[in-house]
Amino acid sequence: MTINQLSVFIENKSGTLVKVLQLLKQANIQIIASSIADTAEYGIYRIICSEPAKAYDELKKAGVAVALSDVFAIELDNQPGRAAEAVECLSNAGISIAYMYTFLFNGKGILIFRTDNADKTREVITLNGLRFVTEKDLSLWS
Amino acid sequence: MSRDEMSDLQGKRLHKIVEYVYHNVPFYRNKLQEMDIRPDDIQTIEDITKLPFTTKKDLRDNYPFGLQAAPQSEIIRVHASSGTTGNPTIVGYTRKDIGVWSECMARCLTAYGVTRDDIFSVSYGYGLFTGGLGAHYGVEHIGASVIPAGTGNTEKHLKLIRDLGITGIACTPSYALYLAETMEKMGISKDQIKLKIGAFGAEPWTEQMRQEIQERLGLKGYNLYGLSEIMGPSVSYECQEQNGSHICEDHFYPEIINPVTLEPVPYGQPGELVFTTLTKEGMPVLRYRTRDLCSLMSGTCDCGRTAIRMSRITGRSDDMLIIRGINVFPSQVESVVLSMPEFAPRYMLVVDRVNNLDTLQVQVELRQEYFTSTMDTPAAIDELEKRLSSRLKSVLSIAAKVQLKAPNTIERSQGKSAHVIDKRQL
Repeated sequence: MTINQLSVFIENKSGTLVKVLQLLKQANIQIIASSIADTAEYGIYRIICSEPAKAYDELKKAGVAVALSDVFAIELDNQPGRAAEAVECLSNAGISIAYMYTFLFNGKGILIFRTDNADKTREVITLNGLRFVTEKDLSLWS
Repeated sequence: MSRDEMSDLQGKRLHKIVEYVYHNVPFYRNKLQEMDIRPDDIQTIEDITKLPFTTKKDLRDNYPFGLQAAPQSEIIRVHASSGTTGNPTIVGYTRKDIGVWSECMARCLTAYGVTRDDIFSVSYGYGLFTGGLGAHYGVEHIGASVIPAGTGNTEKHLKLIRDLGITGIACTPSYALYLAETMEKMGISKDQIKLKIGAFGAEPWTEQMRQEIQERLGLKGYNLYGLSEIMGPSVSYECQEQNGSHICEDHFYPEIINPVTLEPVPYGQPGELVFTTLTKEGMPVLRYRTRDLCSLMSGTCDCGRTAIRMSRITGRSDDMLIIRGINVFPSQVESVVLSMPEFAPRYMLVVDRVNNLDTLQVQVELRQEYFTSTMDTPAAIDELEKRLSSRLKSVLSIAAKVQLKAPNTIERSQGKSAHVIDKRQL
């Protein structure tokens, strides 16, 4: 129901992002989607990738501040308005979204997000007939 | 007073104070007995070199009242200054001590030219810090009108400076520059205010700062030195010559020592400043090592005063920082950082001066294992930073901005000073 996301704490300093990317490259990890939550002094780099557990271990070994977290991933038709409808379902149920990012994958729009209430989110997604994306889906397509 | 008369007075007072602490402070009695010194061995001021030193550590080890000589019923006020670790230094004053302090402070102000006709604003912090009340009592002693402005609320303060025709001010030199800046922003020109005397102290400052303050506020700025372990502001003061600070040496006997060998250093040569309180009742100290580096000047000043002068403080023989007038030790930051498991035991203090106000940034490293899935939002990281900064604030008494660094990015320090980057260039 959820997929693994890597979160990496990086300082706003040149060279910090490239270090993380190089480590992933060396481990032969493919990045499927990523986004950076930036503040004035640091960023949190969030990554959906192939073999997240392996990627996590490699970064950890290299001393990087990395966390493996569960995020929701749903698949939407690539048409205007679909994201609005999906988020509206969550909003109507009183669920707050902590963060969200989207990407196009195999002709579909993928919505990655985390909320303040995982159980309720799962319920709302199922009730509204929204389609979960699994890590397997992502690996099959890639 | 001639030098001979002063030495004679100092010798008599030294004998009395040694006798007093010998009988009233077990810490000193034990020390003197260990060194096989009896009060009667101390008869002249030259005998002072036989006496043991007192350090900040001694004050800390005897927290809170271990070095107090007077019974609590005689103590009418208590001040506190920050210590190198959790415990502040507690200083109790008897009624006589407050009288001596006011008298010495009045001496300082008189040397600056303050009279009963002045309206004088005290803009040091009031409270446990000795600056506010110390200066306040001196101004009252002279009979000038004291405006207990304290710190903060700078615009209202400037309005009062203009509207009341305030003629003198006591504050930190960096606050004086901040006042000048705020004044310019408010559109008040220096012709609209009547400030003519500034008593600046509680932090190191340079001749260039003096020139700038004098120019922008249209006053004459004088150094005011003191430390709570000895008394508070009033220990020494500049006269109209602005050439070294005269020490109230009938109450606070100065020496300069080599901080490594602890041997006395002759006049004119730099070293660590040491004070013995000659008349204090509440918490007298023998040969207290201030850690301030400076030199002493003998000879009659052009103003006519014969009292010994001390040069500007050129540095510290320890790692203490003075930030916005508050003493900060890197070890205080260390104790806070170590108390929170989220951070590695590495840190860096970055001190700067922005718009004439000191700033303190504390850089800490996030421990790898504490960056978990619940920490992967800026809100969670900010909350962690806030927890650290509020603990720092309660220990340091000043606000510090926390900057979180990635694991293993702060250099492992070699020695204490490696924990500090001071960009202020004082």
